[in-house]
Amino acid sequence: MNHHKSVHIRDEKPELKKLIIQGTTYFTTYTRKFENRRTWLKPDVKRIVSFIPGTIRQVLVKAGDTVKAGDKLLVLEAMKMMNTIQAPVGGKIKSVLVREGDRLPRGSVMIEFE
Amino acid sequence: MALKKQIQELHKRREEVQMGGGEKAIEKQEAMGKMTARNRINALLDKDSFQEYDMFVLHEARDFDMAKKVLHGDGVVIGTGNISGQSVCIFAQDFTVAGGSLGLMHSRKITKIMDHSLKMKVPLIGINDSGGARIQEGVNSLAGYGEIFFRNTLSSGVIPQISVILGPCAGGAVYSPALTDFVFVVEHISKMFITGPEVIKTVLGEEISMEDLGGARVHSEITGSAHFFAENEHECFEQIKKLLSFLPANNDKKSVKCCAKPPQSTYKIGDIVPDDPAMPYDVRDVIRAIVDDSDFFEIQKNWAANMVIGFGRMNGETCGFVCNQPLVLAGVLDVDSSDKAARFIRYCDAFNIPIITLVDLPGYLPGVDQEHAGVIRHGAKILYAYSEATVPKLTVILRKAYGGGYIAMGSRHLRADFVFAWPTAEVAVMGPEGAANIIFRKEISEAENPEEMRQQKVKEYKEKFANPYVAASKGYIDSVIAPEETRNILLHAIEVSGEKSVSLPPKKHGIPPF
Repeated sequence: MNHHKSVHIRDEKPELKKLIIQGTTYFTTYTRKFENRRTWLKPDVKRIVSFIPGTIRQVLVKAGDTVKAGDKLLVLEAMKMMNTIQAPVGGKIKSVLVREGDRLPRGSVMIEFE
Repeated sequence: MALKKQIQELHKRREEVQMGGGEKAIEKQEAMGKMTARNRINALLDKDSFQEYDMFVLHEARDFDMAKKVLHGDGVVIGTGNISGQSVCIFAQDFTVAGGSLGLMHSRKITKIMDHSLKMKVPLIGINDSGGARIQEGVNSLAGYGEIFFRNTLSSGVIPQISVILGPCAGGAVYSPALTDFVFVVEHISKMFITGPEVIKTVLGEEISMEDLGGARVHSEITGSAHFFAENEHECFEQIKKLLSFLPANNDKKSVKCCAKPPQSTYKIGDIVPDDPAMPYDVRDVIRAIVDDSDFFEIQKNWAANMVIGFGRMNGETCGFVCNQPLVLAGVLDVDSSDKAARFIRYCDAFNIPIITLVDLPGYLPGVDQEHAGVIRHGAKILYAYSEATVPKLTVILRKAYGGGYIAMGSRHLRADFVFAWPTAEVAVMGPEGAANIIFRKEISEAENPEEMRQQKVKEYKEKFANPYVAASKGYIDSVIAPEETRNILLHAIEVSGEKSVSLPPKKHGIPPF
């Protein structure tokens, strides 16, 4: 039986790392998936972030505008769909960080509220 | 004389078909490090045992000038043969013929051999190497996939189904392998995804290679969609042969007993596990110290490595091992390791394979990502799988068995038949540190020297509860055993459980937390 190389646990002496479970510190190794896990950030309603990668098709507001919850802010084309981005809360727009035609990865800040 | 001529004609026709897509296409296939469909079958099956069927099948497509195109065997080879003397049904897509694309007749050949394998109750092996649906055949091609998926589902748990990905396997095509029991992949050759790099780039603007998106390593380490990884096709075929040696031909049978041998003397079971429950070791060394010839055949080695699953023999009888791996993430339960263990438990149960569980875990992995990924739903699968399994269930608690993890890992409460524990076992609601912090919170915070008090309380808790005797006093553990006694006691338990018979309440089927 061939034992193929494994990235994490086939090393002769794996580098041990700490993992705390219910108050006890364990010495172990990490998986690549664990190392690459996303740290959670509290959603910030003052920042409008792209929920999907895509292209900005329309910018309907500018800095200084006052909008109310539900007002249309942007049109983001993604997955062949025109997604209208609405204001989650009412308020004054501090800055618009995108222009028509911009291609965005997921998680880009598009608009900031004051 | 006429007969001789006709026989010559037969040979000529056979030779033509066996050339698949022709010399050039074969050269191209081999240049990619890939064997041709028939060579693959011959490399996998016992010498001269392959019988091919439906060799002269032709497609009936008429649209898009298809009538003019001759596709030998319609791009797939089907037949029966032996592996180590045991009958199997097999199909192999032929990439040299129209890219192995799946049309109506191609799919009918596959479903013919699938029907055969279910009827004859022998394992089915599918070698996938296909560009996907044959677009020219339109909805007939989709129908073909659907018919295959349906049969995969009906055969599930009746006969072993093995998928070997030796080329592209994209779009709908991936769901046949996903419905089968074991998926084999080969580095640089296997590529599996639902939507390919082109579509992802157009729609989402993300650029990624086929290898990084759905190569052999991705499915072996990240998605868990593959069970065995090999560096080349030959190694892959050896893995398939070895896997089949552990499995029965169908769910009415038990695996064939063979190769009974004591473990190798290099694995000293008493020297593997450190006393300190916070220190790691490789649980596979414990398995190797228990199984025949120290030969443990691991499944999904590189995915969710905090849980170890695989087959080993106990006095010749195939057993399935489900073990926490303290070497990786301290052996915690999490989303992936729960999925991994639960599915394997159900596999063993379906095919009459006793389950041996080795327990050493601190609990569940904390984290927002785990909670949001549904560790509740996924973790529940292990409880479901153990509770439902009626094959002999033998559990050995090596060291820690805390909280929910203790219950989940083949505990008495989920109807383990025998639960053993080493003297190093700690069966408790949580680790001493965590427990002392909660139970003695007031004493610790009010003490003159809180840290000193904490240490003292941890020590007290350890002495009182961090042992196997509390659980043993309640009958939750049947015997506390020395590590050196483990193999013999397990052999005895397997022997005693040989005629185990329990039945579940009558029902159409349960609703497992899929």
